[in-house]
Amino acid sequence: MSLIEINDLKVHYPIRGGFWNRIVDNVKAVDGVTFNIEAGETYGLVGESGSGKSTTAKAIIGLEKATAGTVMYNGKDVTKAENRRKLDYNRDVQMIFQDSLSSLNPRKRIEDVIAEPLRNFEHLDKEEEKLRVLQLLDIVGLDADALYKYPHQFSGGQRQRIGVARAVATHPKLIIADEPVSALDLSVQAQVLNFMKKIQRQFGISYLFISHDLGVVRHMCKNIAIMTRGRIVEVGTREDIYNNPMHIYTKRLLAAIPETNVNHREAHRKHRLEIEKIYQEQQATYYDQDGMAFPLVKVSPTHSVALPPELAKKFEQQSESKGVNV
Amino acid sequence: MWKTILRRVLIMIPELIILSILVFLLAKAMPGDPFTGSINPRADPAQIHHLMEIHGLYDPWYQQYWNWVVHLFHGDLGMSYEYQEPVVDLIQQRGANTLWLALFTMVLTYGIGLPLGMYAAHHEGKLQDTLVRVYTYVTMSIPFFVVLVIGIWIFGYALNWFPTSGSVSAQASGLGGTMLSRLDHIILPGLLGALFGTVNIVQYLRSEVIDAKHSDYVRTARSKGVPMKDIYRHHIFRNSLLPIAAFAGYSITGLLGGSIFTEMVFSYPGMGLLFLNAINFRDYTVITALVLLYGFLNLLGTLLSDIVLSIVDPRVRVE
Amino acid sequence: MVETNTDQFLNIKNVSTAFKINGQYYDAVSNVNLEVKHDEILAIVGESGCGKSTLATTIMGLHDPEETKISGEIDFEGTDLLKLDEKGYNKVRGAKIGMIFQDPLSALNPLKRIEDQIQEVMVYHTKMTEKERHARVIELLNQVGIEDPDRTAHQFPHQLSGGMRQRIIIAIAIACKPDLIIADEPTTALDVTIQAQILDVLRDIQRENHAGIILITHDLGVVAETADRVAVMYAGQIVEQGTASQIFNEPKHPYTRSLLRSMPQRDNESDDLYVIQGMVPSLQKMPKQGDRFAPRIPWIPASAHETEPKMHDIGDNHLVRCTCYKDFYFPDQVKEGAGHESN
Repeated sequence: MSLIEINDLKVHYPIRGGFWNRIVDNVKAVDGVTFNIEAGETYGLVGESGSGKSTTAKAIIGLEKATAGTVMYNGKDVTKAENRRKLDYNRDVQMIFQDSLSSLNPRKRIEDVIAEPLRNFEHLDKEEEKLRVLQLLDIVGLDADALYKYPHQFSGGQRQRIGVARAVATHPKLIIADEPVSALDLSVQAQVLNFMKKIQRQFGISYLFISHDLGVVRHMCKNIAIMTRGRIVEVGTREDIYNNPMHIYTKRLLAAIPETNVNHREAHRKHRLEIEKIYQEQQATYYDQDGMAFPLVKVSPTHSVALPPELAKKFEQQSESKGVNV
Repeated sequence: MWKTILRRVLIMIPELIILSILVFLLAKAMPGDPFTGSINPRADPAQIHHLMEIHGLYDPWYQQYWNWVVHLFHGDLGMSYEYQEPVVDLIQQRGANTLWLALFTMVLTYGIGLPLGMYAAHHEGKLQDTLVRVYTYVTMSIPFFVVLVIGIWIFGYALNWFPTSGSVSAQASGLGGTMLSRLDHIILPGLLGALFGTVNIVQYLRSEVIDAKHSDYVRTARSKGVPMKDIYRHHIFRNSLLPIAAFAGYSITGLLGGSIFTEMVFSYPGMGLLFLNAINFRDYTVITALVLLYGFLNLLGTLLSDIVLSIVDPRVRVE
Repeated sequence: MVETNTDQFLNIKNVSTAFKINGQYYDAVSNVNLEVKHDEILAIVGESGCGKSTLATTIMGLHDPEETKISGEIDFEGTDLLKLDEKGYNKVRGAKIGMIFQDPLSALNPLKRIEDQIQEVMVYHTKMTEKERHARVIELLNQVGIEDPDRTAHQFPHQLSGGMRQRIIIAIAIACKPDLIIADEPTTALDVTIQAQILDVLRDIQRENHAGIILITHDLGVVAETADRVAVMYAGQIVEQGTASQIFNEPKHPYTRSLLRSMPQRDNESDDLYVIQGMVPSLQKMPKQGDRFAPRIPWIPASAHETEPKMHDIGDNHLVRCTCYKDFYFPDQVKEGAGHESN
C-alpha cells in the first residue's frame, strides 16, 4: 500500500465577472491529478511556472481547499479537515519552502523555530525539548550555538537546512519540498540535497519533490510526474522520462535543459530547435479543444503518457493483446 | 469601468441602510433624553413626558426609524432639539464653514508636504533630509491639541495677528469683506492643521520616492542613459505621487467631517463642533444625521480613491 | 567611428570596486582584468556575492560615487569610462552599452506602456522623429520574437508574461545597436523553455549587430551552451579564464573543478553530490592576502599556494590564479602522481 494516494485531485478558482460579479468560469489550477507516493521514496513533480505543481502540493497538505478528488492517507481522505486532525496528519506531513528567509519567523530564535512543531504535537519538558532541538541541529550539520541566533544571521543554505530540521522535528512520514534548492547557489544546493538524502536514509521519510530543475529532479527522484496546465502529462521512472520521453511537452522540456558538455553544443542546439519545431506543429494534437491534456495511457508497466486519442488507441490495443492490465 | 463604478455605488446602498439602522439604534441607546435640564431645570416631568410623546419618542424603534427614513427622503432630517433649527439647514451652514477650512488646510498640506517630501528624498541621508525628518518627528511627538492651544495663544492672543473664534467677523460687510474675514478666520487653524497633515505626506512621499529611486526600473532608466533629473521627472515623482493622488480623494472627504480639536479650540462653528455639542446635548436628530453623513462620506471617499487609483494605475485598471 | 570588428573594444584593466560599510571600504571586486571582443559572448560565472554583478554595474557606471570607490581603467573604444562624468556616461549608456537585467518585471516601469519604455532610450540617443521611433519599436519587437508587436507596444508590463517582459528588456537594450550588451542573469527568473528562447534571441542579435556580450550567470549549463569565453569569479577575483572548452573540458582551478563537480550529473544519479567545505567569506572578512579559496580546501598544504596568487597563462590564453591547481586533488580521490609531491 502506498503511503499517500492522490486521486483525481482538482483545485479550481472561480473567475468572477459580469455586472453582478457572479462566477462565470473557473481557473483549473489543478484538474484531475492522480499519483501515489510510496514509503521511503522521493517522488518528483516537475512543471514550469503556472503548471499547478505548487497548488497540488498545497492541496495535499491542506493549505489549499481541494475542489474535488481525494487524498487518501491511512485509509482516510485528508482533504477533509476533521480527518487531518484525527490522523495527526499535520504532524506526519511537513513542508519545506523555496524561500527559507520568508518562511522562518524573523523574530524567533532558531531554538523556537525548530521547537515549534514539537510544541504543537509533542508535549516534552524543557530539557527533552532542548535535547531534541540539538539533535536536529546536529542532523543538519549546524552547531549548538545556532540555537540562540535569528534566521537572518544565517546564509541561505544554512536557513534551508534549518527549514529541513524543523520539517523533520516531528518524525514526519512525508515531506513536501516545494523548490527547496531553487534559490541556492550550486555548492550550497549540493549540501542541502545531500542532507535531504541522508535524512531520508536515516528516518525512511518520503519526499514529494517539486521542482522545475530537471537536473536536480533526475538526481533526487526515482519516479517522476511531468505536469502542465493543471494536469499530469507523463509519469514514469527516471529512465522512462529521461531516456524515452513520449509526450511532446516532456520532450520539449528535456531538450531545453542546458547541456554542460560544450563539445555537443551545436548538436544539442540543433536537437532543441528540431523538437521546438515539432512541438509547434504537433502541440495542438496533444491537447483537447479546451487546451487540456488527454487522460494518461499506460505505455509500459511503469510509464504512462497523456497521448492524443489516435496514438492512445494503438497502445491500448497493444497492451490488450499482451494481456497487460491497463 | 463604468460598470464597476455603478456596481460599487449599488453596493453602497445596503451598506448605508445597515449603517443608518445601527446609527439610529446607538443614538437611542444613549442615556438621558433631550429635554431634561435643557428646558428648565425645574421643569415638570409631566411636561417632559408630553414633549417626548409629541416627538414620537415613545413609539417602537422601528416606527421611529421608519419615520426618520421617510423624512430623510424628503430632505428632512428633523429639527435639532438644541438649536431649534432644521438639521439640514444646520449642516448646510456648518458644512460650508468646514468646507472652507478643509479646502484651505488641504491646499496648504499638499502645497507644503509634497515639495518637502520630495526634497527630503532627493537629499536622502544628507543634512537637508535630516532637518525635514527632525521636523516630522518633533511634530509627531507633540499632541495636536497642544499645538493648537499654543498656536492660538501666541498668534491669536499674544500677537493678536488672527481672530481667535468664529468663522466670520460681525463687522464684515459686502461680499469681498465677508470673504476676507472668512479667510482671516481660517488662516491660523488651517496652517496649524496643515503643519500636522504634512507630516504624513512628507513621510509617505519620502519613503515612496526613496523606494522608487532604488527600484530596478530606475536602474533600467539609468542604463538607458536618461539623465537623473529626467528620471526624477518621468519615473520617480510620477510613480510616487500616484498613491498620494488616490489617497487625496479619501482625505478630502475625511476633512469634511471637520476637526473636532481645531473647531473646539478656535470655537469655529463647523461640523466637528456641531457633532460634539450634539453629543453633549443628546441631540439625537443631529447625531444620527451627522454619523450617517460621515459614514456616507467615508464610503464615498473609498470609492473616489479607488476610482482615481484605477485611472492612474494601469495595474488596478478594471476592464 | 573606427570599425575594429575583431579587435577587443572593451579592456578592463586592474579594476577594483569597493563598497563603504560603516565608514570603511571593502573590495567587492578586486583587480579584475578582462577584455571583450566583437562577436563574442564572454560569460562571467560565479556564485552569489562573488562580485560578478558588481563588475557589471561598475562597467555601466551605476554605482553611487559617495558609497563606492572604483579604481583601475575601463577602456571602451578608446575612452576610459571611469574618467567620464555623469553627462559623458549618459552618452554611452543605452547608446553604446545596453544592459539586460535579471528580474524583467521590476526592471520595467509598471505605469508606462511598453512603447514608451522602448522609445525612451531613442529619445536620448537619436534624432528620430516620433514616427520613426514607433517604426523602430515595432521592428525591435519583431526582432526579439514578439508575435503581435502593435498590441504589445500598447500594453503595460503586468499584462505580459515573464518571457515577454524579458524580450522587452532586450529590445530596450539593443534599440540603439550598442557594441556591448551586458546581460546580468538574463534567464534566472524564467522557465527553461523560455530560457532557451531568450538565449537564442540574444545570440541572434549578437550576430546581426556584431555586438560583444558579457553574460553574467551562476548557471553553468547556460554558460556551456552559449559562451565563447568564460571567466570564473570567486570572492571578488577572477580565478580562471579561458575558452568554454578550456573551462569545461580541462578545468584547472580548484574552485572551478569543485563547482563543476557539485552539479547533479547524469552519471552520479544516486551518489551524494560533492560539497565545497566552508563558506564564501563576507566582504569584511575577506583575507587581505594569500589565496582566497585556500580555507575551503584545507587538505591542500599551504606550501602549494602562492602568497600573492597571480594569474598564470598555462597556454592558449587559459589563465589560472595561483599555482595550487598543480597540487589539487579531491579528498576522496587519490592524488595523481602521489609520491613525488615535491614537484
